[in-house]
Amino acid sequence: MTLADSQTKPPSFQELILRLHNFWAAQGCVILQPYDVEMGAGTFHPATTLRALGSKPWKAAYVQPSRRPSDGRYGENPNRLQHYYQYQVIMKPSPADAQKLLLDSYRAIGLDPLLHDFRFVEDDWESPTLGAWGLGWEVWCDGMEVGQFTYFQQVGGIATVLPSFEMTYGLERLAMYVQNVERVYDLDFNGQGVTYGDVFLRAEREYSAHNFEHANTAMLMQHFADAEGECASLLSHNLALPAYDQCIKASHLFNLLDARGVISVTERAAYIGRVRTLAKSCCEAWLAGESV
Amino acid sequence: MAEFFLELFSEEIPARMQAKGADDLARLFSEAVAALKPRNVASFYGTRRIAISVELDASVPESRISERGPRASAPEQALAGFLRKHGATKEQLTQEGDFWVLDRVVPGASAAELIARAMPGLIRKFPWPKSMRWGSTSPFTWVRPLRRITAILDGEVVNFDLRDGDDAAHGLHSSNISEGHRFLSHGHFTVTSVAQWKEELRSRHVIVDATERRALVETGVNALAAEQGCTIADDPGLLDEVAGLVEWPVCLLGRIDDAYMDLPAEVMQVSMRVNQRYFALRNKDGSAAPFFAFAANIAAKDGGAAIIAGNERVLRARFADARHFWDLDRQTPLADRVEALNKITFHAKLGSQGERVRRIEQLANKIAPLVGAEPDLASRAAFLAKADLTTGMVGEFPELQGVMGGYYARHDGENPAVAAAVRDHYLPKGAGDSVPTAPVSIAVALADKLDILAAFFAIGEKPTGSGDPFALRRAALGVIRIIRENRLRLQLGPLIREAGLADASELLDFLAERLRVQLRTEGARHDVLAAVLGLGLDDDLVRLLARTEAVTALLGTEDGANLLAAAKRAANILRIEEKKDGPHAGTVNPDLLMLAEEQSLILCLDKAEPAVRDALSREKFVLAMTELASLRAPLDDFFASVTVNDERPDLRHNRLRLLARVRAAMNLAADFSKIDG
Repeated sequence: MTLADSQTKPPSFQELILRLHNFWAAQGCVILQPYDVEMGAGTFHPATTLRALGSKPWKAAYVQPSRRPSDGRYGENPNRLQHYYQYQVIMKPSPADAQKLLLDSYRAIGLDPLLHDFRFVEDDWESPTLGAWGLGWEVWCDGMEVGQFTYFQQVGGIATVLPSFEMTYGLERLAMYVQNVERVYDLDFNGQGVTYGDVFLRAEREYSAHNFEHANTAMLMQHFADAEGECASLLSHNLALPAYDQCIKASHLFNLLDARGVISVTERAAYIGRVRTLAKSCCEAWLAGESV
Repeated sequence: MAEFFLELFSEEIPARMQAKGADDLARLFSEAVAALKPRNVASFYGTRRIAISVELDASVPESRISERGPRASAPEQALAGFLRKHGATKEQLTQEGDFWVLDRVVPGASAAELIARAMPGLIRKFPWPKSMRWGSTSPFTWVRPLRRITAILDGEVVNFDLRDGDDAAHGLHSSNISEGHRFLSHGHFTVTSVAQWKEELRSRHVIVDATERRALVETGVNALAAEQGCTIADDPGLLDEVAGLVEWPVCLLGRIDDAYMDLPAEVMQVSMRVNQRYFALRNKDGSAAPFFAFAANIAAKDGGAAIIAGNERVLRARFADARHFWDLDRQTPLADRVEALNKITFHAKLGSQGERVRRIEQLANKIAPLVGAEPDLASRAAFLAKADLTTGMVGEFPELQGVMGGYYARHDGENPAVAAAVRDHYLPKGAGDSVPTAPVSIAVALADKLDILAAFFAIGEKPTGSGDPFALRRAALGVIRIIRENRLRLQLGPLIREAGLADASELLDFLAERLRVQLRTEGARHDVLAAVLGLGLDDDLVRLLARTEAVTALLGTEDGANLLAAAKRAANILRIEEKKDGPHAGTVNPDLLMLAEEQSLILCLDKAEPAVRDALSREKFVLAMTELASLRAPLDDFFASVTVNDERPDLRHNRLRLLARVRAAMNLAADFSKIDG
């Protein structure tokens, strides 16, 4: 049997995204396009990290390609990818019916809470790199994590004035569940014969080789140092957004170096600390610009 | 008498915090309204609520109390301060003796007034382990957003709200409204009493009594197992946890793909129990059955088919991951993985895991002959012990360290004793764990723990009252348990020095302290251990404990108890007299022993002393105590008939010397001055 409840065919991968866009647009969210800098998670998008700060209300939803160099498996693992899509929602301040909205969004993609076992399971979210933390839940459907729900308490080391609600869906995993597919590359991408593998399998193979074997580590280290320097220089001109781009770049460069196995445990903490310092400074600069 | 009911309804509370939260609510409420004499306090909790019901007095009558103020002679400021504190004037005071006294009338109050006054502060300061803000600029925090407060006294709402100055606290205020299951019920209902609340919730698919939920889960999963001719292992911890995750438990059975049934049992266990909170089924012969049971939080409209299918899929994906690691890991022998440990930092000041392995190897080799193990096997096991840290499976499931190493070592064709030692060398990890008993496993387990202890003591990273980040207490307790439970005859001092800590004394004291704590939790007399340790620390723990047990046994006999009393009396007299003109050491002069009781005491000492020494040297502790006990009768007779402080100085000195000999004889066994009583 298929797990989607309608008698019709379950939504394709892109249909899933379109339904989420429609749903969250109806809640007043700005529908943004992916940010054009490589990043590890949708939370890094300035529409979340920076906009979570200060007292101006904000609602946005977007898909963000997320790069996790260490998770590459050369296209051979049925569930792991070094590049995947997150669907990210942020609402500031968090609405009183955030949980209900979220469950409605699952209904919109074909998961009925009267047919499936939805749970909110404790999850303390923390990003040491962003100096951010929040409390919330993993959202479980029939024993599987289908999303992460967080009330932001701190970002860039700064307590949030208006705590936001952040929701992150792992789109591939959700689609595999809805389409009852065991291998990510078998996902129906467009409902017209194109699979996820047609789109991404070659990329997974090549990027895995890049991430684990061929990325030039000396160059990456230099790029890291450059990004760090450029970030500081831009901050001296109070250019919070361009500076924050450099912070995101540094974070991704660190992830690449980590995947190449050239960072020791002790150095790891130091690198994370360096990115956190950048993130904090960018957040402070952003806030300073907001109050002008 | 009145009945009070309180419910705090929120978004989902972390399962592990619910029971404690409900208990805290009951306790803090009882403290806050102690004047109402709260009784029959009951607490309830579920995924979205904590609640209490209490019987209490309907009101507190008016009462008078006298507050004693400063002395009449005290400076003016003291009196002014006293008046300010109580909002009183000097005219209200009376003088009693030297003191000013204020007689105050404490007005009576109804239960509703007192509760309404106490609640806002109680809720604002509620001790959740971690709480949060949401939705507005309000600084009010709760474990997750607090949505409603229900407060009912004998059917009526107790009115209060959480406003505090500028803080609107989300407009939260008390009401008589509650609600049922998140999905299976709709709308709100009015609460009139705790009994009605419970029944109304039941009809709205919430079982609010955790014990009842637990029983439902237990009965449910066992019935499903029985239908398959299987059983479920007792797992009270898992039952408690699952009962905290659901408001309306519906037990369901899933099937495990045969393709995964050959995975190691521990791997399946971690995926099922830890990650998914499933109950594993077993066949009659104890082997793993291809089923799992679990509790959903909903009676689904298709009878649970979609939920079962979904959960089976999730487990299949987890097992597929595990299978991938299991197959891949076995392609590289453990021995070939050891090299990679050089790249894993153990601790910035203590080098890599590779260096640590080399230390453990050497130490295990030294320990091996002392515990009846083949040194080469111990070295080999230590060499391989940490190699599984580089495997995919342990990377994915860190709690399987050791266990996976054991499987992989067997797969590589290592000696079975080596594989068992790789598997068991982390044991005991907790109080419930058994200790390794095979000689090679013992050697590596001890080496592993002594290395951690010696290494961290060497760089000054000792546990403090509040922190023990490297789990050194656990390691110390592990050493103690392995030695005690295997009755190992080892001298720890040289082994600690072998482990690289030149001065072993501090670590030995730490071990002795852990031993003392351990004995106390076992209900043993810690003063006896202190008395035995008073002679200086014996680093052979088995011998130390045998001596402790013998002293304990002696003190349990009538002779022993009386001997202790008499010996203490002797020691006290000596302490007092030695202050005057001591010490009174030296040989007793037999010619000055005038009385028969003196003579029989020294005869007895002459016989007992060498016998005690001899028995102790042969570690015949019980015999040594029997010999000591022979002193009891003559010592009692001595005190009954002999005046120690005779007016003739030579007699007095001689008798004090006699008592000094008694004390010395007793001290051969233990420092009895440290024994209570």
